Amino acid sequence: MSADLHQIWVYLSASPLAGLTLTLVAYQIGLWVFEKLGRRPVLNPVLIAVVLIAGTLSLSGIDYRTYFDGAQFVHFLLGPATVALAIPLYNQFQEVRRSALALVVALLVGSAASALSAVALVWAFGGSKATILSMAPKSVTSPIAMGVSEQIGGLPSLTAVFVIITGIVAASLGTWVLNLVRVKDWRARGFGMGVAAHGIGTARALQVNEVAGAFAGLGMGLNGLATALLLPTLYHLIWG
Amino acid sequence: MLGTLTLLLLCQLAGELAARLLHLPVPGPVLGMLLLFAGLLLRGGVPDTVQDTAGGLLRHLSLLFVPAGVGVMVHVTRLETEALPIVAALFGSTLFGIAVTAKLMAFLLSRTDPRLEEEPGAGEQVKGDRA
Repeated sequence: MSADLHQIWVYLSASPLAGLTLTLVAYQIGLWVFEKLGRRPVLNPVLIAVVLIAGTLSLSGIDYRTYFDGAQFVHFLLGPATVALAIPLYNQFQEVRRSALALVVALLVGSAASALSAVALVWAFGGSKATILSMAPKSVTSPIAMGVSEQIGGLPSLTAVFVIITGIVAASLGTWVLNLVRVKDWRARGFGMGVAAHGIGTARALQVNEVAGAFAGLGMGLNGLATALLLPTLYHLIWG
Repeated sequence: MLGTLTLLLLCQLAGELAARLLHLPVPGPVLGMLLLFAGLLLRGGVPDTVQDTAGGLLRHLSLLFVPAGVGVMVHVTRLETEALPIVAALFGSTLFGIAVTAKLMAFLLSRTDPRLEEEPGAGEQVKGDRA
């Protein structure tokens, strides 16, 4: 009996099925908790899912790499999903065209404000150089951020973690900070979330309002472009 | 659904190829997004099936970040030793970034395209719940 169980365990921990199923089940639980407890942004489904999965892996002694062998199928869909952002963007194209100048200026200032304040804060509180460099691209979606991190000498996997936490912070506290600075325009609210907090901020904006969602998707895409182009250039100017 | 998924993958593949062949520092999926967008502009509309499938994928966008998020396990030691700078930077810069971007955008829009200012009801599509 215990030999059977052991064999089942060996099979499960080697096949992608377990990691994939665990990811979807944990996320479903996250969504369920989020819905049941009144859609409070602090109970972000991603946060709940990450805590549940990390807890399960630690308890069962499975390492991250083994888990990721299965979960990579979900991770892979980030690419097609980024492409799919063209659709809400197209749906809102009239809006976007009318606000083009505002978009470009807000993008460049917002992108610089996010990256520079992140770098300055790590430095001011005595963080290491690897952490500073890994932190710089954390406002953009993870495939882009990881690429930029590698280019400037950060740790891509650490950057991925910063990217996710950035998204969770924005999804949890974004509404609060937007109300605090009294921004009412859905276009501006969505754009801020997308520029500063990529896909998770966009997901949050899409939940709330279609216009905000489209501008968030646009902000995420544009900041992805801006960061991919400007950050490595800036880095070489500063550190040579 | 299958057609849409194929379309998305083709755009991504074309984006990846373009980025590599032309040595662009831009990630492939972003170029793919621009390609699809250009295609939609040329076609002059989004087919219903594409609208539905893409909508389904984007509704669960945050799920796709979960596997990378679990990577936090690998970095526990660094996160512990540098907890203060990391927490300060993540919270500080994210909230600062959102506030600066949204405030500036709202200011510029109120100058160039103050449409929503004239319709105070427009901001209340979902009651009490803002992005």
